[in-house]
Amino acid sequence: MTGEARKAPFRPLARLKRIGGARASWSGLAAQAVLLAVLAWLAYEMVANVRANLAAQGIASGFGFLTHSAGFAVSQALIPYEQTDSYLRVFAVGLVNTLVVSAIGIVLATILGFVVGLGRLSPNWLLARLAGGYVELIRNLPLLYQILFWYLAVLGALPGPRQSLSPLPGVFLSNRGIVVPEPVPQASFAIVAAALALGIVIALGLGFYARRTLFRQGRVVRVWPYALAAVIGLPLAIALLFGAPLTFDVPELRGFNFAGGVRLLPEFAALTIALSTYTAAFIAENVRSGVLAVSRGQWEAGESLGLSRGQLLRLIVVPQALRVTLPPLANQYLNLTKNSSLAVAIGYPDLFSVFAGTALSQTGQAIEIIAITMAVYLAISLVTTTIMNVFNWRVARRGQA
Amino acid sequence: MKRVCMMLSVLAAAAVTAQAASAQTLKSVTDRGMLSCGVSQGLPGFSSPDDKGNWTGLDVDVCRAIAAAVLNDPTKVKFVPLSAKDRFTALQSGEIDVLSRNSTWTLSRDTALGLNYTGVTYYDGQGFMVRKALKVNSALELNSASICVQTGTTNEQNVGDYFKANNMKYELIAFATADETIKSYELGRCDVFTSDVSQLYAMRLKFAAPNDHTVLPEVISKEPLGPLVRQGDDQWFDIVKWTLFAMINAEELGVTQKNVEEMAKSGKPELRRMLGGDGNLGETLGLSKDWVVRIVKAVGNYGEAFDRNVGAGSRLGIARGLNKLWNQGGIQYAPPIR
Ligand SMILES: N[C@@H](CCC(=O)N[C@@H](CS)C(=O)NCC(=O)O)C(=O)O
Repeated sequence: MTGEARKAPFRPLARLKRIGGARASWSGLAAQAVLLAVLAWLAYEMVANVRANLAAQGIASGFGFLTHSAGFAVSQALIPYEQTDSYLRVFAVGLVNTLVVSAIGIVLATILGFVVGLGRLSPNWLLARLAGGYVELIRNLPLLYQILFWYLAVLGALPGPRQSLSPLPGVFLSNRGIVVPEPVPQASFAIVAAALALGIVIALGLGFYARRTLFRQGRVVRVWPYALAAVIGLPLAIALLFGAPLTFDVPELRGFNFAGGVRLLPEFAALTIALSTYTAAFIAENVRSGVLAVSRGQWEAGESLGLSRGQLLRLIVVPQALRVTLPPLANQYLNLTKNSSLAVAIGYPDLFSVFAGTALSQTGQAIEIIAITMAVYLAISLVTTTIMNVFNWRVARRGQA
Repeated sequence: MKRVCMMLSVLAAAAVTAQAASAQTLKSVTDRGMLSCGVSQGLPGFSSPDDKGNWTGLDVDVCRAIAAAVLNDPTKVKFVPLSAKDRFTALQSGEIDVLSRNSTWTLSRDTALGLNYTGVTYYDGQGFMVRKALKVNSALELNSASICVQTGTTNEQNVGDYFKANNMKYELIAFATADETIKSYELGRCDVFTSDVSQLYAMRLKFAAPNDHTVLPEVISKEPLGPLVRQGDDQWFDIVKWTLFAMINAEELGVTQKNVEEMAKSGKPELRRMLGGDGNLGETLGLSKDWVVRIVKAVGNYGEAFDRNVGAGSRLGIARGLNKLWNQGGIQYAPPIR
């Protein structure tokens, strides 16, 4: 540590030596260079060897196939896709599907994980036992079974589209998924949206004013009725003046399936539920250990201030617990993303299923496709890790101050 | 983690195995004393294991016939069950010596995959299965239907062509394995299950209530199913190709599992040539003189194998149809053994 503080004189060669390790000598450095050269040569040999072998076996190689037409349909495409589109397009469709299911899964898993983790520490005996049972059960069953359970036993048990359940008008639940009315923006949409934005700004301003008077003058001002009026009343008034901003395209049964509306496929729903409930069990454990790491004195101090349990957790315990809880979260998020590739079992068209599955078996270009797929998962991992590191760093810094 | 391992092994396999690509399959099979044969994961009539792990079926009999010809023992086969999407990689990487898994012969599989089709064991076509309760009588009434299919198949692609040509909409849910596909169809996730017609009948045997389902009359594609080998080993290609031809020729000449020993003693020139009494045709393939006798003793001729596994003598009871011999109104035809 002390050595770090001194500024090293500028000696590039010495610096190079330092990169080679603490006790690097010139011979050591030479050894490293040789090793690097050998690695580079090996990599080159491998690529050349693979290419030669593929050619000898008559297997197509290269990335030209990406522009060829894929010729198969995908059940969920969030970007425009047709069967005649290219394999590159299939790749993009699969990637978006993977990202969407992972992102939603991460949000849900985090919320559920915090609820269960805190629930486990609740003084309420029943709640604590329920949360504990949840964690034990979920962590000890293989994820694939859980995915199949949600897909086949739960969602698969729903009635067919002609007998679908309709818990709310226009909402239909069947073994084809959940269909809800689709909002269609009208002419007045922009102006009502602007009114809503203005309302939110006003509400935020009021909140800021209330805080300032509380801190500066120790006076509580009741602003929430005005804030509410701004957020709801303003856009409502505009909508009354200019007409409804949205109409709803209500789904109706036509032929075998629902037409109109927005549909959530059961494959997507089952995968999201399974991934988030599974990962939540692990996150709950991280949360629990984070909370347990907060010293007793902090709790007692809060209690002696007369804070309720909710306030205590929100204002004192959880912010400190985050320092312990956050670092392993990154790992859980990565696991969730990687686990999403189990989608193939239930026909959810994620990257692994449509690209490393169908496209691979059609083109036979295993090496190229697996390499691209690995690179993508690696990139997702690196981005997630980086984001989490920045986040950790900020929380840790705040914790110290 | 498992996935990553799989990816790495594919890469490693691709990097390493290719050395085995050259003309050595016959030698490595005889050295090993075992034929490694890729089959389905369980398709009654074509390749399915019983509860003791014994494999039976038409595709299985092709494997056994090759083992009989090469190793003089039809039991010396290691069956490797493969899903539609993994089958070609398994053959490319050298994990199996031959793929005999209801695989449709198409140009791209024959070329870009580095594989060679050796013949047609079953002329099939793609069809649709629906619940009888839907009261659908024709595939043209399937607009807006949800369709379950196995991924990595020709069926996955044909559906789109057919629906597009007929201006109909559809939703295609593609599953990795046959079990998941039919489970989802049975649960009602899909209105339609599509595959080659023979496989529709075969899979229906696995349903909880087979009689609630029916196959629609339309056949929307050509699905000639046959065995494949790797490119670059002409001798092995010839052996697999002529094993099937031998079965077909045996049927044509009336040679059966029962009478093959007698027929071998017959004086008819074409029987003598085929069954090894005359010349050394088997040896030119790298096999023995009596290779056809071994094949027919092991699995019977083509007609016998067909009847026993998928035809009149089986639970499937499929009519021979296109698969009759060319001189009996079908298109099964093998070049002469001479
Ligand atoms: N002929 C089709 C194969 C069709 C196929 O794989 N069909 C499924 C029907 S569900 C099957 O036989 N699956 C058996 C299995 O995966 O074990 C092709 O070559 O692409």
